Amino acid sequence: MGMALLEVRDLSVVFRRRGEEPTIAVDNISFDVEPGQTVGLVGESGCGKSVTSLAIMGLLPSRGAEVSGSVTFEGKELLGLSQRQLDERRGRDLGMVFQDPLSSLNPVVPIGVQIAEVLERHRKLSRKDANAEAAELLNRVGIPDPNRRLDEYPHQLSGGMRQRALIAIALACRPRLLIADEPTTALDVTIQAQILSLLAELVSGTDTALIMITHDLGVVAGLCDEVNVMYGGRIVERAQRHALFAEPRHPYTHGLLASIPRLDAPRGEKLVPIRGSVVDNIAWSRGCAFAPRCPNQLEQCWTDPPELVEDRGGMLRCHNPVEVAPLAAEGAR
Amino acid sequence: MTSSRATKIDRLASVAARGPEYEVGPEGRGSENGHDAGVSLAASAWRRLRRNPVFIVGAVVIGLFVLLAVLAPFIAPHDPALRLLEDQVSRANNEIPPPQDGYPLGGDQYGRDLFSRMLLGSQQTLLVAALATVIGLGGGLVLGTLAGAFGGWVDSVVMRIVDVLLSIPSLLLAVSIGALFADQSQFTVILAVAIVQIPIFARLLRGTMLSVRESDHVLAAKALGVKRRAIVFRHILPNSLGPVIVQSTLVLAIAVLDAAALSFLGLGAADDSTPEWGQMLGNAQDFFDSQPHLAFWPAGCIIVVALGFTLVGESMREALDPRQRR
Repeated sequence: MGMALLEVRDLSVVFRRRGEEPTIAVDNISFDVEPGQTVGLVGESGCGKSVTSLAIMGLLPSRGAEVSGSVTFEGKELLGLSQRQLDERRGRDLGMVFQDPLSSLNPVVPIGVQIAEVLERHRKLSRKDANAEAAELLNRVGIPDPNRRLDEYPHQLSGGMRQRALIAIALACRPRLLIADEPTTALDVTIQAQILSLLAELVSGTDTALIMITHDLGVVAGLCDEVNVMYGGRIVERAQRHALFAEPRHPYTHGLLASIPRLDAPRGEKLVPIRGSVVDNIAWSRGCAFAPRCPNQLEQCWTDPPELVEDRGGMLRCHNPVEVAPLAAEGAR
Repeated sequence: MTSSRATKIDRLASVAARGPEYEVGPEGRGSENGHDAGVSLAASAWRRLRRNPVFIVGAVVIGLFVLLAVLAPFIAPHDPALRLLEDQVSRANNEIPPPQDGYPLGGDQYGRDLFSRMLLGSQQTLLVAALATVIGLGGGLVLGTLAGAFGGWVDSVVMRIVDVLLSIPSLLLAVSIGALFADQSQFTVILAVAIVQIPIFARLLRGTMLSVRESDHVLAAKALGVKRRAIVFRHILPNSLGPVIVQSTLVLAIAVLDAAALSFLGLGAADDSTPEWGQMLGNAQDFFDSQPHLAFWPAGCIIVVALGFTLVGESMREALDPRQRR
């Protein structure tokens, strides 16, 4: 495959606070993103997905957050760059779309100025050229009447249009890597589908790679080539999209899939939640963090931390993986 | 007392900084074509203000006095500096010209027309208040932006200076500053009142900027590689001005009172040919027993103007406070 666009190696993020135990938010994760590829980072709240993306972008606060490991983009190390050097890359090579489109737009600046700002900054366009380009970008993300919208403020746009505008801003300089951090969480279901297909359309056919951060396996199913499932700051399973859905190996992935409501389930059947919550975790240094919530737990899981090993073409971190497909499991219950 | 002032400033800062996020009302997330989806902060605040009788009373009062100040040179019946009724003044008998034809309020202790002096005095009072507020606001903006934008040791140094200034009672500080100048004039009054307001504005702006700095859209701007200068001046500062604007209307009221107090204490212009209410009040205290109306008119006007600014300021603060929304 040649050299990956983005190589994340042993990335760890530890939050230290005076008088408190340090919190390990991201624990030694490694993954690659090839040009044009869409990679999913999936997991529930607090598993370290967003912190991973902020660490890649260099947006974590310099005080309190300790980042170690290595993040190389096109062979160049990103960690340890100065803010000034990072500013040259962010927005131009690396773009990011945030979760809440309303709070991610500046409420007192018209949309057009916010798009033009990036173009003037990185592509050194004149104000006039930048405005024309901004209208073109709004048109490309499917906002009707773009010239009028340029003068409007974020509160005058609907949720879906705001997210489209954010995507337009993130893609303004044609970055080679786009990180989308839960881009559809704050939107209506109908709009979610539109935004996802827009993202898919914008990255397919270009060599822009996309890291999709989500807790929603539905999003993953529609968009990602490769999926990393995170739990407690570590990657617990990595698989190609189809393999993951057909044959989830880690009990956590299996639980996530089983907890999705199904239209074709018999009437009155109860949903299968994953027991407990993230607060039940034990430390990875002691054993498997998921063990307290795991239906497949063994004695070994509490004392012996599992390693991430190759498994059926993917990667897996589990002592006692699930052997049956989710549909079969549904039937057995 | 000082700590309570500081906390009050910080509370105002934290409240207003959250403004925009509260903008999503029940009708906030509009339809795909929604042109009128949200209501901007300013527009919804204005809608609430218009219905608020407190604001209307305050605005009418201020409007009247501003109008009087503008028209004063044209409607004042006499030159306020001329001692037209000097023959009716008698120092020995404590006699002062009573109201008479052409002189509705009578004269002052030098025989000058009191009505004309009151009218033209409004000019001075409003001018001093406005200029002092503008200078205080400007200084506060500079210091607050420095502290809020740079953080670190710049922030620490600026804020310690501000804390020291805040720890001195404001009128005492203004009197001290006014007394520092060799020859007192209207300008030294303005400067003294302004300097007292600088730390209040600075602390307020810095507090708001610190919380805006943590907001999502600033993070988003950083993720786009926007330069620090643009982040401060386009993304942080404009979103931090709300509380400062409200504070400046309240400061107008304080400036009216402080300026009057300084003039009353004799720290204003030595030459009293240009009338000023505080100074008139100060001059009237010798005649308080026999001629209370000399004190009544300037004092009443000072109170009413200050009240007008306070009413407007308070209702604006209420209208912009997201927790008060109905």
